[in-house]
Amino acid sequence: MDLPKPRGRLSMRLHAALLDDPDALPSDLPDDGEEDRAVALWMLHALQHRGFGDVDDRADRSPALLALRRRLEDELELRLRERWDAVDRRPDSGDLGDDLFELVAGHEGASLARFVRSEASPTQVRELLRMRAVYHLHEADPVAWVVPVLPVRAKAALVELLYDEYGAGNPNRLHHHLFARGLEEAGLSADYGRYVDEAPAEILEQDNTLRMFGLQRRLRGAAMGHLAAFEASSSVPSRRMVQGLGRLDLGEAIVDYYDEHVAADAVHDQLAARVICASLVEDEPHLRDDVLFGAWTCLDLEDRFARRVLLAWEDAT
Amino acid sequence: MTARSGDSFEHPDVVLCPGGPMLLRGRGRVVQDAEGRAHVTTRPVSAVCRCARSQDLPWCDGTHQLLPPDKRP
Repeated sequence: MDLPKPRGRLSMRLHAALLDDPDALPSDLPDDGEEDRAVALWMLHALQHRGFGDVDDRADRSPALLALRRRLEDELELRLRERWDAVDRRPDSGDLGDDLFELVAGHEGASLARFVRSEASPTQVRELLRMRAVYHLHEADPVAWVVPVLPVRAKAALVELLYDEYGAGNPNRLHHHLFARGLEEAGLSADYGRYVDEAPAEILEQDNTLRMFGLQRRLRGAAMGHLAAFEASSSVPSRRMVQGLGRLDLGEAIVDYYDEHVAADAVHDQLAARVICASLVEDEPHLRDDVLFGAWTCLDLEDRFARRVLLAWEDAT
Repeated sequence: MTARSGDSFEHPDVVLCPGGPMLLRGRGRVVQDAEGRAHVTTRPVSAVCRCARSQDLPWCDGTHQLLPPDKRP
């Protein structure tokens, strides 16, 4: 994978350091705003998770890079928590599973899937798939990082869910492989990171948040809440995607991807909310607010992305 | 985290989710629908529709989420 293009002074300095001498990256470098920080953090996460062809794999433990990663993750986490702090509506029925489903049901968000179902053109859907590829080509990997840090019940249930995500032992049904096949049949590249340069900041932020939640043990509650909301807001939109793709000639493989998610996520959301999150909070009650924070953040980040894309498509017509 | 040795956890084969589907654990389980047709589970855990509004019967497709609370299972 190639390094993404810089989007400001910070990502430009990081890009240069990764190619030359990561340990020499100075601390307290200035940045040019959220997008510059987002692509810089994305580079640091992707270095650990996937690697870059031109960068020494050992760079992922460079103290200078870890210091930058901590700075950027702290800033991201602070921003996400400030958004959550402003939210009044926080279900608290006494049943965390019910609360999570209620949070999802009550979240008024923009819907890309509705637009795809009824009117998106093949060009627009290909554009959407290229942006979604940044996450979907490694779908479930950031969640898998959380397995070792959970208590027994949540751990067993997360592995039960992930076993299905990863194809239940069959690589042909592994979800991110299904997405890769869908891209290829739609005439797009399935090479990881190929489309990151055209990804808006909202997409980078979604990916950065997932990886941050997955990589920091302290944020395991947020990671599992995020998972529950992600799964619980998937089946119905996936069905709309299937219906929309039926109007368009993008191949059967991408239809298969979304069709699989209609059924799979109708299972996963129950497991995530009622077994993983519920048992996690029973065992570690101090994580309850983080679970809800993670769930709400998932919904909010998707809403921001959807609004951005729908506005751009509206402006273009 | 407290581990109490000797505990066994509940791990039922069938779970009735409030307002939602029935979870059925195990592959190769045969589910007979209202028309008498057999459907075999292929997933480690399957969600069987309980609201009867799924477009993918007998499996849950999330439609129950769109129903008013008094119409959900």
